[in-house]
Amino acid sequence: MSIAAATNGKRHRLVPPPSPADGALGELLEISMGPQHPSTHGVFRMNLVLDGERVVKLKPVFGYLHRNHEKIAESMSYLGSMPYTDRLDYFCSLTNNWAYALAVEKLAGLQVPERAEYIRVITAELTRLQNHACLGGFLLQDMGASGTPLMYAFREREKILDLFEALTGARMMCNYMRFGGCRCDLPPGWREQAQRLVAEFPAFLDEFEALLNENEILMARTQGVGVLPASLAVNASISGPMLRASGVNYDIRKVDRYGIYDRFDFQVPLGEHGDVYDRYMVRILEMRESLKILRAALADLPEGPIMDPKARLRGFRPKPGEAYGRIEAPKGELGFYLISEGGPHPYRYRVRPPSFINLTILEDMCLGQLVADVVIILGSVDIVLGEVDR
Amino acid sequence: METLAQIKARIEAAVAGAVVEMVPNDSPSGQHSLWVDNSHAVAVAQFLREDPELRFDFCSNVTGVDWPETERTEKVKTTRLVDGVETSVEEIRKTKRPGFLEVVYHLYSVALKHGPLILRLRTENRSDQVQVPSLTPVWRGCEFQEREVFDLFGVVFTGHPDLRRILMWDEFTDHPMRKDYVEPDDYEYEPTPHDEVLVKARRSGRGEAGT
Repeated sequence: MSIAAATNGKRHRLVPPPSPADGALGELLEISMGPQHPSTHGVFRMNLVLDGERVVKLKPVFGYLHRNHEKIAESMSYLGSMPYTDRLDYFCSLTNNWAYALAVEKLAGLQVPERAEYIRVITAELTRLQNHACLGGFLLQDMGASGTPLMYAFREREKILDLFEALTGARMMCNYMRFGGCRCDLPPGWREQAQRLVAEFPAFLDEFEALLNENEILMARTQGVGVLPASLAVNASISGPMLRASGVNYDIRKVDRYGIYDRFDFQVPLGEHGDVYDRYMVRILEMRESLKILRAALADLPEGPIMDPKARLRGFRPKPGEAYGRIEAPKGELGFYLISEGGPHPYRYRVRPPSFINLTILEDMCLGQLVADVVIILGSVDIVLGEVDR
Repeated sequence: METLAQIKARIEAAVAGAVVEMVPNDSPSGQHSLWVDNSHAVAVAQFLREDPELRFDFCSNVTGVDWPETERTEKVKTTRLVDGVETSVEEIRKTKRPGFLEVVYHLYSVALKHGPLILRLRTENRSDQVQVPSLTPVWRGCEFQEREVFDLFGVVFTGHPDLRRILMWDEFTDHPMRKDYVEPDDYEYEPTPHDEVLVKARRSGRGEAGT
């Protein structure tokens, strides 16, 4: 379904489109927004230069949460870094696990059994559901809809986290995937519980969309705001829902067909205008596609082993070489680049963080916009500082 | 996608004088890469982006790798004349590989949906000749990632529009991702009267107060 079909093609615009400063600049005001600002979603700072309320310059400042994850990983065993990946994007630990496991599997040539692939798809799509639902909530929260949409989203997220807890023992820091499979099999009754959740989730989405999609205020505040043209989005390595909201059909699940994604029938929702509203809507529509994948995966889940018999937990030393593995994480392309020198530790371990790279064009999107819209534009990028600063 | 050897041949044909070398990768991933000389790197990057059959318009990942100077010892059997008799002697031969910093680019094509093509740029050494050309003018997505490589590895990107530290603070002087980096005992050490006060307190404990 396209965004226009989902919203009956409605476009609203209360604020006149921002014009570049009319030549005569007033006195410029420099402000430092963050790092302890509630709208920055963590410890993130922007140095803004304002002309009246219009943004003239914006420089993001990073590093408040930097702990050099990559250096730490170089002194750990390969498996030892797995719990650390949970803490990158702490909303989506299971997709982080998967991206890292995928890179190591490429490096060591491991084959994941079919059942484990299914479990990986199921957990990753559940992760996408809760991430996108919460992003919708946070975005509305940033716009001033205090509490209600966010709490609706959190209510659903909690049900998904219950599933994660039953499966992995932890709500958020799951540490679940292993090189060549998964750590443990599904507990009894888990599949039925997940199927129930998938059956009930559309009701939440209907309610959420009925409340918000054609909401006058939401449309007025987000349509035409923070426009990102498709050519710039590709050139600036933007990935994930942000890239697709600009109308670029690029979903790594479709392009790389990693895991078993070629077995599922799902669409890639695209935006037309590349504004904040399209980024919001692309995520809403993506949730419906994730539900399709979940329904199919939960129905077809085969029996069998969940670990590659060749996989070794102890004494794991991949042959010298390198590998880059990437997946479509909820926030964009999450990649891991590993170099092995044949030892028990990676020689080089690199995380390609989607939300860090998606911030490259933050200034381009905010120039000429109102300072109040900077908050929304940043919210629509969907950043998590654990991943941005690593 | 064409094979790496074909791409290499096409680069050499299109960019006059470019030195391109295959870097093999023995791991099961089979992701081999191309090393490009610094003086032609920007032209090669532009060619890779513009060529209608390659169209690498998406520079996904940029990262640095530190390769310090290493010494490899090998035992080599040679024959030599010892007291007029030809005998085989084992010799220990040492080979040195000079150290360098490497920047790795992973390129994909959004338009044609293929990739990755892996480009590598290398610096002359690890101390004073650490420049490589910046590819930010070709792919905007390199901007923050090259800043990160500059910050953590100390590679200087010539032609980068805004080369500043990004993760470490501006006053920081070292490059923490280098293999020989030694972290200070205390990052945020500030001289305080604490030590002097401690000495004084010990003295007063021994009944030497006021000295």
